[in-house]
Amino acid sequence: MTSSLTIGFLPLVDACLPILAREHGFAEEEGLSLTLVRDMSWATVLDRLLYGHTDAAHMVAPLAISTSLGQGLGRGRPAQALAVPFVLGLNGNAITMRPELAHRIGEPGRLGDPSRVGAALRVVALERLAAGNPLRFGVVHRHSSHNCMLRYWLAACGIRPDRDVEITTVAPPFCADALELGEVDAICVGEPWNSVAVEAGAGEIVLATAQIWRRGVEKVLALREPLLADRRDQIEALIRALIKAGRHFVDPRNWDDNATILARPEYLDGSSMLIKRAISDRLLLARGGSLVDFPDFMFQYREAANFPWVSQAEWLYTQMVRWDGLAFDADDARKVAQVFRPDVYRSALIGTSEPLPGASSKVEGSIFQTTTVGTQQGAMTLESNRFFDGGVFDPLDPQGYLARLG
Amino acid sequence: MRIAIVDVSTTRAAVIREGLAALDDCEIFIVTEHRGLVARIGEIAPDIVLIDLGNPSRDVLEEYFVVSRALDRPIAMFVDESDEESIGASVDAGVSAYVVDGLAPHRIRPLLDLAVRRFQAFARLQSDLAEAKGKLAERDAIDRAKRILMDQRRLTEPEAYAELRRTAMNQGRRIAEIAEALITAHMLLTNTHPEHGK
Repeated sequence: MTSSLTIGFLPLVDACLPILAREHGFAEEEGLSLTLVRDMSWATVLDRLLYGHTDAAHMVAPLAISTSLGQGLGRGRPAQALAVPFVLGLNGNAITMRPELAHRIGEPGRLGDPSRVGAALRVVALERLAAGNPLRFGVVHRHSSHNCMLRYWLAACGIRPDRDVEITTVAPPFCADALELGEVDAICVGEPWNSVAVEAGAGEIVLATAQIWRRGVEKVLALREPLLADRRDQIEALIRALIKAGRHFVDPRNWDDNATILARPEYLDGSSMLIKRAISDRLLLARGGSLVDFPDFMFQYREAANFPWVSQAEWLYTQMVRWDGLAFDADDARKVAQVFRPDVYRSALIGTSEPLPGASSKVEGSIFQTTTVGTQQGAMTLESNRFFDGGVFDPLDPQGYLARLG
Repeated sequence: MRIAIVDVSTTRAAVIREGLAALDDCEIFIVTEHRGLVARIGEIAPDIVLIDLGNPSRDVLEEYFVVSRALDRPIAMFVDESDEESIGASVDAGVSAYVVDGLAPHRIRPLLDLAVRRFQAFARLQSDLAEAKGKLAERDAIDRAKRILMDQRRLTEPEAYAELRRTAMNQGRRIAEIAEALITAHMLLTNTHPEHGK
């Protein structure tokens, strides 16, 4: 018997897995009929999830956490426990700057070194601050991975967000426009919106967020916790369909087809050429340049990328505490740890060939070179997951970590 | 009360404004431009903001309400926990409301209900319009099919129509569908572009 699931999404390249699970019949193979609902803001994706228009949603990871805590932008919305049994991908965002700023601090023709670019940016940021016209950055949502990564990078380079530079929210479709008009000096956004800004000559890509944290959690599959309990079998079937979609997505033989599907009006309604750049990890950094290959720009499948590491949720919580002016709260931290559900991921995929990590948490940023780790079926190789500044997050000591960050 | 309606559709905003105009003591402002949205909202200093769920600027607005120090009174999304059903209805209708702190739910409820009804009315209006457009296109196709039959088979207009109707009944299809099929076939056989058949 076929069960129906409705999934909300924003038109971004990293909404690819639910879309491809539907289009290539992976959902059908698992006895699921998927309906996808496209929206234009995270607020609306969230409202549809909370009020039952959708069963699950493509969501920026920090928003799933803040909704469960009922804080920050959830203000007004009552706290509702969300569950994240699957990560839809790691990274895939970039920092794009107005051309004159990019020329001054970036490394033309390549993605710059984050520390060197940050040091050059600090000079400009302080100049602009002294002139009473501080640099302005646009991110897609306050509770987005983009905001966490951007702030992490700035702060580690000696640029204090909210004091030295302003960070504001810009809707992705308006990012190129905001750069062009000078409403912001830089944006941190997902694809295809960086490439759209490059094509328009409004901006140049200076860094990929994967350079800030090589294996940073990005979008997740979020659902209401009671729905997960009620429809556990269907959600596990969905996880198997999404894994198959991930395997298909990273295979170079499928890139053209998948870019064409994602570009369709009902999905991203965009250019398949720009979408293919993101899929293939080959970006055009500036108009008139040539494509630059940055492996792992988007990371949707290998190394159990979709496994919801509890430590990644906990890292995001430390960043919310850091930037939303909250006090670290042990109860909140416990709630956050319950949002990510590696147990559901494991029970969905047990008996398949997918590696199932034996641990649910890991020390984030601790792998500097290729390392072998244990899984339930043997071993899996992990490549570097480092933060650009060598920072290490031990989930057993979040408060010590926050104290070191200052 | 000062009410801001944020909507990229000027027509829909006007329909909602008209609906809310019936309320006493309400001043209504319409914002359709996403550029400078936040500054404009700051100037208006609304008690209530209504925004359609399809507007890409919702996240921008929510952040402004939470973070901005420019506002004297904080604004939050209106969620009346005593009546979740009606909030669900507004999500269904495609509108969300943000209200300033301290505004009592009983003052907001009638207003939100009205806005929801206007949103629904607008959605109906649009589907009626789409239907009317479809009907016009169908009538046009039938006229063109009749003309082809009249030219090719030397039929009178009533005979041509009767022929279309008979075929439709025999095949269990609509007259408009038969007309479309006939036009397509005629185009293929005479190698004409649809516009030339007029």
